[in-house]
Amino acid sequence: MNALNITKGTSSKSAYNLRSGHADLNERHTLAVLVANEPGVLARVIGLFSGRGYNIESLTVAEVDHQGHTSRITIVTSGTPQIIEQIKAQLGRIIPVYDVHDLTVEGPSVERELSLFKVSGKGEKRVEALRLADVFRANVVDSTLDSFTFEVVGSPEKIDAFAELVRPLGLSEMARTGVAALSRG
Amino acid sequence: MSGSKMVVQALIDQGVDTVFGYPGGAVLPIYDEIFQQNSIKHFLVRHEQGAVHAAEAYARSTGKPGVVLVTSGPGATNAVTGLTDALMDSIPVVVLTGQVPTFMIGSDAFQEADTVGITRPCTKHNWLVKDTDALAHTLHSAFHVASSGRPGPVLVDIPKDVQFANGTYEGPAKMKSHYQPKLKGDLEAITALVAAMEVAQKPIFYTGGGVINSGPIASQLLRELVAATNFPITSTLMGLGSYPGNGDNWLGMLGMHGLYEANMAMHDCDLMINIGARFDDRITGRLDAFSPGSTKAHIDIDASSINKVIHVDIPILGDVAHVLEDILKVWKARGRKTNSKALKTWWGEIDDWRKIRCLDYATDSKVIKPQYALERLEALTKDHDRYITTEVGQHQMWAAQYMTFNDPNRWMTSGGLGTMGYGVPASIGAQVAHPGSLVINVAGEASWLMNMQEMGTAMQYGLPVKQFILNNERLGMVRQWQELLHGERYSQSWSESLPDFVKLAEAFGAKGILCSDPADLDEAIMEMLAYDGPVIFDCLVEKHENCFPMIPSGKAHNEMLLGDAAIKGAIDASGSVLV
Ligand SMILES: Cc1ncc(C[n+]2csc(CCOP(=O)(O)OP(=O)(O)O)c2C)c(N)n1
Ligand SMILES: [Mg+2]
Repeated sequence: MNALNITKGTSSKSAYNLRSGHADLNERHTLAVLVANEPGVLARVIGLFSGRGYNIESLTVAEVDHQGHTSRITIVTSGTPQIIEQIKAQLGRIIPVYDVHDLTVEGPSVERELSLFKVSGKGEKRVEALRLADVFRANVVDSTLDSFTFEVVGSPEKIDAFAELVRPLGLSEMARTGVAALSRG
Repeated sequence: MSGSKMVVQALIDQGVDTVFGYPGGAVLPIYDEIFQQNSIKHFLVRHEQGAVHAAEAYARSTGKPGVVLVTSGPGATNAVTGLTDALMDSIPVVVLTGQVPTFMIGSDAFQEADTVGITRPCTKHNWLVKDTDALAHTLHSAFHVASSGRPGPVLVDIPKDVQFANGTYEGPAKMKSHYQPKLKGDLEAITALVAAMEVAQKPIFYTGGGVINSGPIASQLLRELVAATNFPITSTLMGLGSYPGNGDNWLGMLGMHGLYEANMAMHDCDLMINIGARFDDRITGRLDAFSPGSTKAHIDIDASSINKVIHVDIPILGDVAHVLEDILKVWKARGRKTNSKALKTWWGEIDDWRKIRCLDYATDSKVIKPQYALERLEALTKDHDRYITTEVGQHQMWAAQYMTFNDPNRWMTSGGLGTMGYGVPASIGAQVAHPGSLVINVAGEASWLMNMQEMGTAMQYGLPVKQFILNNERLGMVRQWQELLHGERYSQSWSESLPDFVKLAEAFGAKGILCSDPADLDEAIMEMLAYDGPVIFDCLVEKHENCFPMIPSGKAHNEMLLGDAAIKGAIDASGSVLV
């Protein structure tokens, strides 16, 4: 039985039932939430996720329209289709939320994240780190005699991959911004 | 205009004439303004929780938002239970709190609390106003948000310096809000529902508090639709009165302590039409066995209520009255069709369930059975212009079962949160709104004690509320669960050291009546009704009566317990983790 395509009258109609029976159907969605840039709005959004037990994989927020006092919150979350629908409906109830877009289903979109990596090491490892950085089109934003700080921009997967590769080369610290995303076109 | 004057002006411009509140340092400028005017009457409660419950009942019984004014810190924290109660039951309440001056916020000042932080999850929305120029607009927005869409409580936190400072006042007409919930339902979905109604063999209307929130027109349209289609109708606790309890198609309340015929019809129906209810767990019972064979339609103004726990086939987002109007229009335009032959068979099945007479109970000539007390209360008050409030527990369920509600806005009870202590202040709020009417709080002795200080409020304002206490000397509902679930180990469910309620009444200056003999009951109730003032009626009832029917936790609608004989092993391990 497909969770999205229940034949009428043949099954119980409990969405809870669908949730627990199909835990493997978890999906990852990127939501763009346009909000009034007023105090407490981020607390409302985060409080909704913690209060109702939803996942936040990443969250970014900044003002995007100074005159219109509008901020854009980009949330990457995961859950079954029912949970994702609930999350969107619950976000839509928050009074200072103007609009909720599910970029994952509303057609193609682009996702980018910025990350900083501090890699400490000497000799061959240092050279290898630089070579990798080149492959990933990372920028060197700081360098000392025994460390480099790289800036990598790209999809979260690309950043994950870079992290994997530089870890054995002396990765000592990293910082990620979380995803910013826009629909294409 | 000063901020504090703006508060009073905004209330007047919003048509407010009643405020429930309690003063303190951070709201003194507003209280000073209240002192100097006559348009708004302020009712001084005895505890801020009482103010919010009173405002809830005021709102529920009038359809207008209830208004509360309290101080910062403890005043605000005391309001939290009321706010949560109003949020769960979708009651429009506007709470104004004082706050320490803006320049002291964050310094752990005297009576400072992060009120907007604390109340963020228990309000529909809240605001901290830092600038007097923004105050009027914020107050008007607060009323707009509280009463539009799915109603709910809002809170405006006003620092003391903002109250003192001068700014520009603007009237409600200037208020702009992007919050404009959609009222009309989608016509395509409505037509799909009508098409399903035309052929349904076993349809049922399942209605909730949303019908009442939508206003008297919604109840009127509902009655018209039920009469026209001859479909059976049941309702949640919150929806009682939207369809008359003495109406022909009424099956009684559904849910955990709902009537057998209502729950069986829900289980067996082939078309369920949910109107302004939310598939609450008290209603559904075991989810995977909830009405397994039915097509489900759901009319709700809150998109997040649709498909939250139960998958529905025909979702209709909109205001109940607007949608019902369109359903009737479309149904009439398509030729007023129903499957009348199948309906006849369906009513036959329902009549068989009715023959079970699930509300029958063992009568007793020596001890007052709580059900009997409520039957008599119903018989002796049903022709009055009457408002009923309740506390929370067995007595609440019995009141829902044994009393009849023929009109909306007449029944005030704490449904979603189940707040013991709701009833006394709620009776005060209802009486304030309807000074000439009969207001009765059907109470349990334990709940009643939780906000009994409000008897002082009743005395001060001459509010003749009748406190009808079904005194079983037990936390009856807790005792019932312990009997069913915990091997009859009655841990802490005794009401020990109860006060002498008659003397307590007298201490407040009210009238006390004690009744323990079924033979005296009618006369005692008549004495209560005849007394022109607040009464505390201590009705000593059977101590070990259980409330039936009952769908035990974790069971389905068709696995109802009908009486004590059935309770052994009724709840299994998986059911016992449920509340
Ligand atoms: C504030 C609060 N605390 C605890 C409970 C749990 N509870 C539900 S019913 C009940 C017993 C109520 O006793 P009483 O008011 O005497 O009513 P009865 O069930 O005996 O009719 C309790 C403790 C609650 N609903 N509310
Ligand atoms: Mg009791």
